[in-house]
Amino acid sequence: MKITEELVDYVAILSRLKPDEEERARITAELEKIVSYMDVLNALDTEGIEPLSHVFPVKNVLREDAVEPSFLREELLKNAPVGDEEAFLVPKAVE
Amino acid sequence: MDMELTRLTALELGAALKKGEASPADAIAAAQERISACQDTNNAFITPASPSPAPIGDGPLAGVPMALKDNICTKGVQTSCASRILGGFIPPYNATIVERLSAAGSVSMGKLNMDEFAMGSTSETSFYGPTRNPWDLSRIPGGSSGGSAAAVAAGEVWYAIGSDTGGSIRQPAAYCGVTGMKPTYGTVSRYGLIAYASSLDQMGPIARSAADCAAVLDIMQGRDPRDGTSLEGHYGGLLPSLTGDVRGLKIGVPADCFGQGLDSEVRKAVLAVAHVLKSRGALVEEFSLPIMEYVVPAYYIIACAEASSNLSRFDGVKYGWRSPKYEDLSGLYARTRTEGFGSEVKRRILLGTFVLSTGYYDAYYKKALQAKAVITKAYDEAFQKYDVLLTPTTPTTAPKLGESLGDPLKMYLSDIYTVPVNLAGLPGISIPCGFDSQGLPIGAQLIGPPLGDGIILNAAHAFQQETEYHKKAPAEKGGVSL
Repeated sequence: MKITEELVDYVAILSRLKPDEEERARITAELEKIVSYMDVLNALDTEGIEPLSHVFPVKNVLREDAVEPSFLREELLKNAPVGDEEAFLVPKAVE
Repeated sequence: MDMELTRLTALELGAALKKGEASPADAIAAAQERISACQDTNNAFITPASPSPAPIGDGPLAGVPMALKDNICTKGVQTSCASRILGGFIPPYNATIVERLSAAGSVSMGKLNMDEFAMGSTSETSFYGPTRNPWDLSRIPGGSSGGSAAAVAAGEVWYAIGSDTGGSIRQPAAYCGVTGMKPTYGTVSRYGLIAYASSLDQMGPIARSAADCAAVLDIMQGRDPRDGTSLEGHYGGLLPSLTGDVRGLKIGVPADCFGQGLDSEVRKAVLAVAHVLKSRGALVEEFSLPIMEYVVPAYYIIACAEASSNLSRFDGVKYGWRSPKYEDLSGLYARTRTEGFGSEVKRRILLGTFVLSTGYYDAYYKKALQAKAVITKAYDEAFQKYDVLLTPTTPTTAPKLGESLGDPLKMYLSDIYTVPVNLAGLPGISIPCGFDSQGLPIGAQLIGPPLGDGIILNAAHAFQQETEYHKKAPAEKGGVSL
């Protein structure tokens, strides 16, 4: 299948990626080659075959709800690139 | 003493420690000496550690130094997935397997290099630079668990833990002349393994023998309430079950795995495994497995789709690295991800997002899940006739650095023998079975039915009773001296 730069732009927006001009051209060509190869699957007759997500029949796994200790907030916030004592900080998103 | 210690298998070292023939401090010192000697050339480690010796507890591997792939969460120790975007991430918790290994007395020498987010077959996509193959430093060690395989091959640790989504334990084990096993999906908890493709990911050991792998799996395997896909079952006892008796074992050799694209020296060495097992009483038969041309496309569609979803959590907000160049929130996400991920990871995120997007979902993602059903059924049918399947692990021996990265599709195709095992959730082990004319190790893969981990370990053990390939060290072939 033909992959256009417009399609790559659209998929990049969905992926929260922003390739530059050079990367965009390279990725377009690479994806076209890879996706065209994926098309060999069309030769496989899958009429009436149920898609298989998980190989083993593991159903919803339930357990009794139990209160267990949570991580300490300050421990988790230590990994934040930008944070204060109680929150992850990001640029203002609503006016 | 140190020179000898690094030649032992993990079980032999464990026994020597129990008998007092070597102390825990001797073992750590021997490992540290090798790591210092090798790190500059093979770059197997991202974060080496300096553990303190402790008294030896129970268990066959107590006190034996090992190391972990850097996508396995270790409390208080950076876990980077070899990516810029996770730089500085210090997990506040341990993966379940880290807890289990630690309770069994393992001694961690640190965190091992890998392809970024386990995406790659060469260990060249690491933000921390490529790992090199101890057998020939101009070659890749394979990937994505390249650091794990190289560290074991170079004698830096007695075993290492890797993860395998499409061959990432077995392929580097083959390229580095060591034994590596992906257990049945669901038998090892994935809690604390940073996800690549959750329905395919499974951790397992890389070591110097099948018996070592069995001993490590006896520690790692088990049901974990923190992983909803972990299976109930009877775990443990793999090591004592290794009799080496393969009389009457039915081995199927899929002709479709020995055709075009397979190097002739690899073919010869892998088929010789069948003869060795036959000489011990196994029954060998060729059969047809006509699904091989579909396994690579199905695998890459499914793996990339899951990766695009799993990696959406890396956004520069909660952990890791944040780009300084942003003006608003969506710019923060996009700049951080664009600069924080390497090109292979971005390629797979884009491909995965594409196959899941409206208009393409049915043609690619749904089709791949249907292909997965067909592939799984083909293996089910094979295991109605055979106990074990024998294939090559890889079509060739280790390529040179830089050879694979220029052509991603070619690199993906080299995973043909390993990816269907993940798609079908089966156990698979790669064992050293010879050397090519350049002195590079060749690996053979044994595949078992679901929960047939013990069957393939025993067949591998039988082969290793008869052969010496797994005992060879790179120094004998001109690699890093051991």
